[in-house]
Amino acid sequence: MNSPYMDTPTASPLSPSNATQPGESLVRVEGLSKTFDLSASWLSRLLSGRQASLLRAVDGVSFTIPRGATLALVGESGCGKSTLARLLVGLHQPSSGKVLFDGADVHQSIRNDANGALARQLRQRVQMIFQDPYASLDPRWTVGEIVAEPLLEHGLASPGPALEERVGALLQSVGLSGSDRARFPHQFSGGQRQRISIARALATEPDFLVCDEPTSALDVSVQAQVLNLMRDLQRERGLTYLFISHNLAVVRYVSDSVGVMYLGRLVEWAPKARLFASPRHPYTRMLLDAIPKLRDTGRARTPVQGEVPDPLDPPTGCAFHPRCPSANERCRRERPILIGDETGVNAGRVACHAVEEGRLSG
Amino acid sequence: MNPSGNPIARWLDSDVGYSLRNSPVAIVAAIVAFICLFCALFAGWVAPQDPFDLASLELADARQPPIWLEGGNPKYWLGTDDQGRDILSAVIHGARISLVVGLTSVVLSLLIGVSLGLLAGFLGGWVDALLMRLCDVMLSFPAILVALLIAGVGRALFPNAQTPVAFGVLIVSITLTGWVQYARTVRGSTLVERDKEYVQAARLIGVPQLRILRRHILPNVLGPVLVLATIQVATAILTEATLSFLGVGVPPTSPSLGTLIRVGNDYLFSGEWWITVFPGAMLIIIALSINLLGDWLRDALNPRLR
Amino acid sequence: MSLLEVKDLVVEFPTRRGLLRALDGVSFAIAPGEILGVVGESGAGKSLTGAAIIGLLDPPGRIASGEIRLAGERIDQCSEVELRAIRGRRIGAIFQDPLASLDPLYSVGQQLIETIRTHLPLTEGQARQRAIELLEETGIPAPGERINHYPHQFSGGMRQRVVIALALAAQPQLVIADEPTTALDVSIQAQVIGLLKRICHDRGAAVMLITHDMGVIAETCDRVAVMYAGRIVEIGPVQQVIHAPAHPYTMGLMASIPDLETDRERLAQIDGAMPRLDAIPSGCAFHPRCPRTLERCRRERPELMAAGSTRAACWLHATEAEAEAEAAQ
Repeated sequence: MNSPYMDTPTASPLSPSNATQPGESLVRVEGLSKTFDLSASWLSRLLSGRQASLLRAVDGVSFTIPRGATLALVGESGCGKSTLARLLVGLHQPSSGKVLFDGADVHQSIRNDANGALARQLRQRVQMIFQDPYASLDPRWTVGEIVAEPLLEHGLASPGPALEERVGALLQSVGLSGSDRARFPHQFSGGQRQRISIARALATEPDFLVCDEPTSALDVSVQAQVLNLMRDLQRERGLTYLFISHNLAVVRYVSDSVGVMYLGRLVEWAPKARLFASPRHPYTRMLLDAIPKLRDTGRARTPVQGEVPDPLDPPTGCAFHPRCPSANERCRRERPILIGDETGVNAGRVACHAVEEGRLSG
Repeated sequence: MNPSGNPIARWLDSDVGYSLRNSPVAIVAAIVAFICLFCALFAGWVAPQDPFDLASLELADARQPPIWLEGGNPKYWLGTDDQGRDILSAVIHGARISLVVGLTSVVLSLLIGVSLGLLAGFLGGWVDALLMRLCDVMLSFPAILVALLIAGVGRALFPNAQTPVAFGVLIVSITLTGWVQYARTVRGSTLVERDKEYVQAARLIGVPQLRILRRHILPNVLGPVLVLATIQVATAILTEATLSFLGVGVPPTSPSLGTLIRVGNDYLFSGEWWITVFPGAMLIIIALSINLLGDWLRDALNPRLR
Repeated sequence: MSLLEVKDLVVEFPTRRGLLRALDGVSFAIAPGEILGVVGESGAGKSLTGAAIIGLLDPPGRIASGEIRLAGERIDQCSEVELRAIRGRRIGAIFQDPLASLDPLYSVGQQLIETIRTHLPLTEGQARQRAIELLEETGIPAPGERINHYPHQFSGGMRQRVVIALALAAQPQLVIADEPTTALDVSIQAQVIGLLKRICHDRGAAVMLITHDMGVIAETCDRVAVMYAGRIVEIGPVQQVIHAPAHPYTMGLMASIPDLETDRERLAQIDGAMPRLDAIPSGCAFHPRCPRTLERCRRERPELMAAGSTRAACWLHATEAEAEAEAAQ
């Protein structure tokens, strides 16, 4: 590989000397798209005359995350948030668009040389926490082996007392004890397993954690423990989070800014306070209204209509128009683009013709 | 769970051990299988006579009935065959040959089948398609036919086969009929495990694919393989017995149970039933106890039935 | 008179490690037309309670003692034949996974008609008409056509509506709904919950709504029972339990739920975890995690007692309860 960076490692865009400052964007996503080809095999399509079926799981998503902040992505089933998470960490290759981490193109680094220095740096600095606490830990490995694996893989510690000490420290930092290292995952509860996942993710001292619904499978009181832990860790270590969830109340608690996704598209993005105080996109409003509330605020509710359409056959124009009370002819024809400011006092972006045309009340 | 204590005590206390302790059928089957295995392994010490040592045979003792019938000789518990061989010793030595052939071919089938199944499941695409079509082709032939074919080819290639080569051909032919089961089972399990989050986590760490396959996926797909292997030992032994019965199995100098049954068949109608019945009974006992053990193991390892 | 009365229900599971008590003396009542929520975390025993009432406990689980009365008659000791007559006709059931509740091989209409005709003396034609009406009531568009469709042709939310129709087909007096909206999208949840509430209200059916989602409880139920480690720790009118809980567990639970409406600096958390069934603490099951334990809590197990406008199983309210008892004499 002939990357100029290979010769002068200290000048690599991922080296600490070039590290972004808190507040600068650490992660930048531009026009990211991923299309899955779910068609039947070519031969059977030829014989039956069926069309190719393409699933546009992620469709032209762009956002940035400043260092040390938490961006939450919300959406219902089929909105593509899980695919987006995997795109961000490099588990999928995008169909188009790019992901820039600290200035370096994530997928190009992997494509060029999956075992090269850039790719390895990425693997150290970007990690992920998964939704299912039961499937995210190898049932045949001990907890100590699970947490030690990234350390060994990246050569951060050699087997022996030094490794044991680091594993013990990691377990303690998530509220478990060092003696837990000899036990197996099935001996722990769901909440404890998520803590083990967090310990594993933190082993390489990453800067950026992608969290794919980390507390959705947990009970409410356990969720509180894990969310508090994640917040404490963020403060201590200056971590940046991408937090994916379908639970808007959790999102309110953890996020600094929120992106709302629908059928693979980003329909609204705003700093947290603004999104919850004055949501603009009709889908965001519908979501906020639909959630069963503990207290009746007396806010007028928009009636909820319809269901999420089949992602294999999305509506034309704006994906939300069949369910939108403010849809007009333009919405049926033309797909709205995300417009608005990313920073400043009026920060907030919406992809909606009604908002653009000023047709929406409030 | 008992964390301290020796490993055997710990295992007996586990769910599987508990299941064994509470299943009389499994205990009996395990004991019987163990006895057969022991006798077979130490045939030279256990058997009262060496049936292959022609010098020790006494033709005068030929065709004597078992000890409990009149005319029986206390020296030969189960009677003798047409050459004065002690049936009991012949059965023990025959069992040893059957077990060796059966176990070896199962181990080889396992190695081939599990490796191919892992590769097919993990890599997917054309590798998977190719291997599965190969499995389909192999399954469409009856096992005995395949074994006969290979044995025939072996004889054609090595007309003056020495005993080890003959054994080799036999083991290869049984191996090639047995690996398909493992490949399919392991492929299915691999497909399931491959998409689980712990595999994705390993990929995210940067662990190379082959190491993921070996250290993460392999240990998690071996469960059903164990059960399969246990039952396949019985099938392999029976297949070998059939082949030997048909005359294309083990060389006649080292008779297995199948050979003994065939040889004894000729004497069935002249009244000397013991020459064929006892080898047959031994074959049934071995196959049955292994099958029962395999059945129990499958239920014991099934988490839903616990 | 209560429609459903459960008294001191005990459900046990014999395992090789001993006898496990999954439900330990559960008592509550549901009035006709009332919606009672049963809320709790995993392992608290709420689904088991519903299963025990319908008689669908997975063996080796069994009802060890206690009574379950439906409109005055005992049903906990009925034979399977009698239970089958009760299920559907007098008690309807809605489970979490609509895919598992509907037989994929039969059309939705066939399943509805089968249920209707099993319990009501109607002809084929009348049953079909009733089925179409049911589908319309549950908000399924073009019911005349869709009655012939198969379950896989419906979306998740639609399927759950069909399950609701199925549960109400024979006009039961009580509907037991076990996590009916957990598998659905948030926007659909609201629709389905609203439907359940309305349709049961229209038919005067009582509902036992089992869920872990407090928001759903707040919107739908009249009263709520909070379960912990196989026992009910608090029961009372929904607004009281949610906004003025009397039991420390309920208080901790409510404080740990993130709020959609306000920003919180930190979520309160209850340290530790719900005890496993083979390690239930003595006395009050919550005492190891309780911030306000008394000496008595370790020794004696509290029964439900008056605590403000709800009833809570907590010794902190003992004085109040005793004072009331005295006043009553």
